[in-house]
Amino acid sequence: MAAEEEENQMKAFLILEDGTVFAGTHIGAEKEVISEIVFNTSMAGYLEVLTDPSYAGQAVCMTYPLIGNYGVCLDDMESLKPWPDGFIVRELSRRPSNFRCDISLQQFLEEHGIPGIAGIDTRALTKILREKGTMNGMITTKEYANLDEVLPKLKAYITGKVVEKVTCKEKYVVEGVKELSENGPISGSARFDQEKYLAGEREQKPSLVTQLNGKGRKVALMDFGAKANIVRSLAARGCQVTVYPALTTAEEILKDQPDGIMLSNGPGDPKECTSIIQEIKKLYDTDTPIFAICLGHQLMALATGADTYKLKYGHRGGNHPVKDLATGRVYISSQNHGYVVDTEKLDRSIAIPAFCNVNDGTNEGLAYVGKNVFTVQFHPEACPGPQDSGYLFDRFLEMMDKAKAGEKVDAAALYGKQEAGDGKNAMSAVNEEAAGVTNETKNEGEVR
Amino acid sequence: MPKNPNVKRVMVIGSGPIVIGQAAEFDYAGTQACRSLKEEGIEVILVNSNPATIMTDRDIADKVYIEPLTVKVLEQIIEKEQPDSILPTLGGQAGLNLGMELEESGFLKEHNVKLLGTTAATIRNAEGRQEFKDLMERIGEPVAASKVVETVEDGVEFTNTIGYPVVLRPAYTLGGSGGGIAHNQTELEEILENGLRLSRVGQVLVERCIAGWKEIEYEVMRDSAGNCITVCNMENIDPVGVHTGDSIVVAPSQTLSDKEYQMLRTSALKIISELQITGGCNVQFALHPTSFEYCVIEVNPRVSRSSALASKATGYPIAKVAAKIALGYTLDEIKNAITKKTYASFEPALDYCVVKIPRLPFDKFITAKRTLTTQMKATGEVMSICDNFEGALMKAIRSLEQHVDCLRSYDFSKLSADELRERLAVVDDQRIWVIAEALRKGISEEEINDITKIDIWFIDKIAILTEMEHALETEELTPALLKEAKRMEFPDNVIARLSGKKEAEITKLRYDNDIRAVYKMVDTCAAEFEAHTPYYYSVYGGECEAKRTSGKKKVLVLGSGPIRIGQGIEFDYCSVHATWAFAKAGYETIIINNNPETVSTDFDIADKLYFEPLTIEDVRSIVDIEKPDGAVVQFGGQTAIKLTQGLMEMGVPILGTQAKDVDAAEDRELFDEILEQTKIPRAAGGTVYTAEEAKAVANRLGYPVLVRPSYVLGGQGMQIAISDAEIEEFMAVINRIAQDHPILVDKYLMGKEVEVDAVCDGTDILIPGIMEHVERTGVHSGDSISVYPAHTIGKLVKDKITDYTEKLAKALHVKGLINIQFIAIGEDVYVIEVNPRSSRTVPYISKVTGIPIVDLATEVILGKTIRELGYEPGLQPEAKYYAIKMPVFSFEKIRGAEISLGPEMKSTGECLGIAKTFHEALYKAFLGSGVNLPKYRNMIMTVKDADKGEAIEIGRRFEKLGYTIYATRSTAAALNEAGVKARKVNKISQESPTVMDLILGHKIDIVIDTPTQGRDKHRDGFLIRRTSIETGVNVITAMDTARALVSSLENKAQSEKLELVDIAKL
Repeated sequence: MAAEEEENQMKAFLILEDGTVFAGTHIGAEKEVISEIVFNTSMAGYLEVLTDPSYAGQAVCMTYPLIGNYGVCLDDMESLKPWPDGFIVRELSRRPSNFRCDISLQQFLEEHGIPGIAGIDTRALTKILREKGTMNGMITTKEYANLDEVLPKLKAYITGKVVEKVTCKEKYVVEGVKELSENGPISGSARFDQEKYLAGEREQKPSLVTQLNGKGRKVALMDFGAKANIVRSLAARGCQVTVYPALTTAEEILKDQPDGIMLSNGPGDPKECTSIIQEIKKLYDTDTPIFAICLGHQLMALATGADTYKLKYGHRGGNHPVKDLATGRVYISSQNHGYVVDTEKLDRSIAIPAFCNVNDGTNEGLAYVGKNVFTVQFHPEACPGPQDSGYLFDRFLEMMDKAKAGEKVDAAALYGKQEAGDGKNAMSAVNEEAAGVTNETKNEGEVR
Repeated sequence: MPKNPNVKRVMVIGSGPIVIGQAAEFDYAGTQACRSLKEEGIEVILVNSNPATIMTDRDIADKVYIEPLTVKVLEQIIEKEQPDSILPTLGGQAGLNLGMELEESGFLKEHNVKLLGTTAATIRNAEGRQEFKDLMERIGEPVAASKVVETVEDGVEFTNTIGYPVVLRPAYTLGGSGGGIAHNQTELEEILENGLRLSRVGQVLVERCIAGWKEIEYEVMRDSAGNCITVCNMENIDPVGVHTGDSIVVAPSQTLSDKEYQMLRTSALKIISELQITGGCNVQFALHPTSFEYCVIEVNPRVSRSSALASKATGYPIAKVAAKIALGYTLDEIKNAITKKTYASFEPALDYCVVKIPRLPFDKFITAKRTLTTQMKATGEVMSICDNFEGALMKAIRSLEQHVDCLRSYDFSKLSADELRERLAVVDDQRIWVIAEALRKGISEEEINDITKIDIWFIDKIAILTEMEHALETEELTPALLKEAKRMEFPDNVIARLSGKKEAEITKLRYDNDIRAVYKMVDTCAAEFEAHTPYYYSVYGGECEAKRTSGKKKVLVLGSGPIRIGQGIEFDYCSVHATWAFAKAGYETIIINNNPETVSTDFDIADKLYFEPLTIEDVRSIVDIEKPDGAVVQFGGQTAIKLTQGLMEMGVPILGTQAKDVDAAEDRELFDEILEQTKIPRAAGGTVYTAEEAKAVANRLGYPVLVRPSYVLGGQGMQIAISDAEIEEFMAVINRIAQDHPILVDKYLMGKEVEVDAVCDGTDILIPGIMEHVERTGVHSGDSISVYPAHTIGKLVKDKITDYTEKLAKALHVKGLINIQFIAIGEDVYVIEVNPRSSRTVPYISKVTGIPIVDLATEVILGKTIRELGYEPGLQPEAKYYAIKMPVFSFEKIRGAEISLGPEMKSTGECLGIAKTFHEALYKAFLGSGVNLPKYRNMIMTVKDADKGEAIEIGRRFEKLGYTIYATRSTAAALNEAGVKARKVNKISQESPTVMDLILGHKIDIVIDTPTQGRDKHRDGFLIRRTSIETGVNVITAMDTARALVSSLENKAQSEKLELVDIAKL
């Protein structure tokens, strides 16, 4: 049987723009794609990765070798469909096992037309990306005798304006919960009812939210490719969330008089989002509290005159330590970004670093001077990954409460001390040293 | 937060002797922590009664006390050394309990000593049952609901609130009798009624039954600033109901979605934060297999076995980081030693799968029940790493060193499908083999899951392996099939068996098609950052990251595999010291080992660590890449010795004593020749293969005779036979495992057993000291109390021993270590056994004589002479103090194990007593092994006829100490007749009160029970011994041990204050 299986498996190839070819077996939908190849180090949460719109325009390689073990539970999708162009794994589980498993990962990929490759040395691929930087590649079932016909196409590939592809088409409203109990139990003590579950009444996941501190608040969420858990995190706290397409003008949003504005995560190079940046600048100029995640964070920085650059191979995974520069506390965060805000060129009279990455010292958050604006590079909404920084949503609610109470808020006040120095941020000496780490390569591996 | 400047002198408490549940992992953790403290300029005062450990080396700590781990002794050390702090969280439960006692009595406060790391309040909250339950309720974390009830009605009412099934545990009954699981009200009422009646206090604990749930563990770290990370999570393949130490465990979890993974991770962080633990902590969860419901099972606020496993599985050095945290550092200030760029405040990302399998001692305790429960029984464990689960499982299986190499190694093929269904319900150490057979017989994965509750994902993986077996049996062995089989880590010999070919053919086919193992690095970060630590595991397919580094000469050090009875931590001690010595001599050192609990598998011990099975094929794959200049096998015990032939065939020179000389020591005829030449006497004997031959030899020699297989450690399978019937029985047991080597039958000689370890450079020998056993011949040397210096033998005998040792070492061309056991009868000396390799007494004798014999042996292997090393050859001058090694057993953990001592080794660990006088040393040794007497001054004697004379002398001495002696009929008669007052007690079968009632009355200090010659099948004796052990009564089964104990108690009466010895100053 094992040999039969072997024969039944179709060959597939991953060709990198540097000419490296990996031969493996084909998984998912049968088609050829060219994309930017990135790796993710999360050990669980492949479905959340696949359905994170920030991966639009990329093909993801999971560094954990055993993928698909628990199948696909449709409840866990972070958007309506998977976004990567391709999926690269060491081994796709033959038999998924989990009480909530709806379909297998193979079925899921097939249904959504996503091609992939399995059975390759994903660690070797990761090392190539780490050493040479993120690069383009092709996943194909065709065996190319001559790479010369492929490589120019790979080099020419540009991710393009992906935000417009992933954002919602029309604005919509999600009501906040009225009762805490709607969120599910606080801990895992809930009783499970097999019959109800089979009848389609899904058991609620334990909730992290312990109070409805967002009740009565209206949040405008700009959807650049927002993960579903951003909306969920706000709604679970009681906020009414209105989701706007990425190209909505500032005026339109402000017209709805939100208590706070949330800028979401999203895919691609932030500098390509020129019109969005202009609108964000207008939002910045108002007194409305703003909280931003990932791409939203980068766009706010660009809107206020800061610069971003591309990391050599990005941060993608669920184990990145970030330090809150106000308290010195370190949180393990979920991350997915290829670009980062350049703190060296940062005008500290506009914004100061609020979080930094403990591994490589890169920026992980900004607090805006004299403004009620606070942004982070990592993902407090988790999914996949650690939920440690979920408290930032509560901080956003406080920002809104203060604004509502007419308080003048300076988000940077918490981080004020660092300005007193020689203009450097409050990273400790050890982290300064860490800043030399391989991932930060401003001068090479620049945006293509 | 930087280091606390007030911490300058730290006392570290070790975990004491190795027992089941508290093993080598604490040597690993303690050693790592001590080195980490010293790195910070801290003066370390170490206390641990276990001399076999690396942590008790003089270069690991500044002051080393190998003293009994009791509160009194620790108080004395604190008074003498005046540490400013103590670190109690690295010595297992034993260390933690001692730290707590010192804190609670106010002693620490009085002496201005701080508990480092986690505070006493935290420990109380985590360890106290009620405190823990209250705390969990307060923070909303669920624990399995439970209640103590005194009536059936209360029990039913409570169960109605928590739901069926429930576990019922009557309070104070022996071995949980009267308990059970109730699935409905009828069962509940029935069991409760019975349980309430049986419980002495009329109480039964009713608890929500979580057996069959997934068992998931998280290893968590927290610093004083409140930063928390999880190092990794682990999933037990065996669901809740089997102790995690006895479960097959996989890391990271395989069947949890991110939702479940993060739910439990968040809970673990919440718990460690609420408990305010600073350091490492282990949180165990039960997760309902078809829901989000979970319960917190247990929290260990300290470094544990699981954390050792997590360290090795991820590369994250938990103990080292815990020690730094204890000094005040925060996680973001501590560098990640593997990447050297990132910090300790991150979570390792694995890009491989880790499988741990426990090493259970049922091969030693053949009468014991193999069933696995919540009481841990494993003595050790193996770990394997691969990029797929099947491969990791296959590698772990062949690492076990118990004659298994695939899922067919235990044969259940004769069972029918129905019998297999029944067998599947039995939870024991052979369950995965039963599952494999069930799959072969066509029982569905769903049904197996239904019976075993093991997740289908794992069952399907076993199915993939059985399908591969089938394919290898039935299909043509194409390179593609071979490649796939190798990806799943089928060894060549198994592929050969299945495909009906020869192993050499398979190997050739593999090499011809370039199907070779490649090595990947364990780097904590899934290749995201560049790593510098050469810690490797093998996979088939892909890029090889291990490269031969040029320059230095290379030596391969073969480790000793899992800790099992007979091959313990001592061999890890030897391997590590040899590695260090080779490094000092300028060699590049390469260790191969598969035991996650040990120091040798720490990534900074050797230049390269290969975490791999120790089989010829696995070693060859490494040799192909590393091409070492030589290999040493004499330090890794039998596991390493076994590989000698294979290494030579690979063209790797064996450094030190040559294989043919090792054979000469084991091969009866060759060895007899040597004895003939050297004129050294030994007990008469013969070599046999069959029971008939054995009986013939035995009758020629005259009974009793000693029967044993050759090439084993720890006297495995060794027995004293007194009749033809016993010979037949023993031969059957020995031959159950296929024998490549003959069986030895020797005349049993009764005398004093004496042992030496020596270093030989080819010309001269160096004997650090002669050790004498308290127990006469017949008790395995590892189970005997061993005394240095030998104090009851005269100069003439010592000279003979020295002479014989020199002659034997030279005749065997020993280069390095040799261990010889002798029998001294009057002035005659006979040789029993010669092992031209390291032995279990090496760490002990090195420490108490201050002569680092592993280092010396290594230098000798590299060409130095004993004289060049600054030593005068021969027997070294005796020390001015006594050092006594006391065996420690774990009998209470193994249901049904026969505890009486004999030629087969049974102890799991040892402790040391060191003092100026023999008696004080003996007292310390007993104290260290947990014999803290007198308590009630009641004892029971029941001895065989041959021992009655000695029983009178010993009984009299106990009587003088104020002991009331109870004895069975004939023993009582003998004692009374000799004027020793003894109360007669009834046998178990007679009317109450019987000897059993006495033992169960919990008022007995000691039971002296010598079984009749040979193996005691007498039910009474066995029951008495088992019951005593299980109720915590000290049982002595050899008269010599009894005499030693009474001597030590007599001495205790004289001096209460113990004199402390810092062995770093010896």
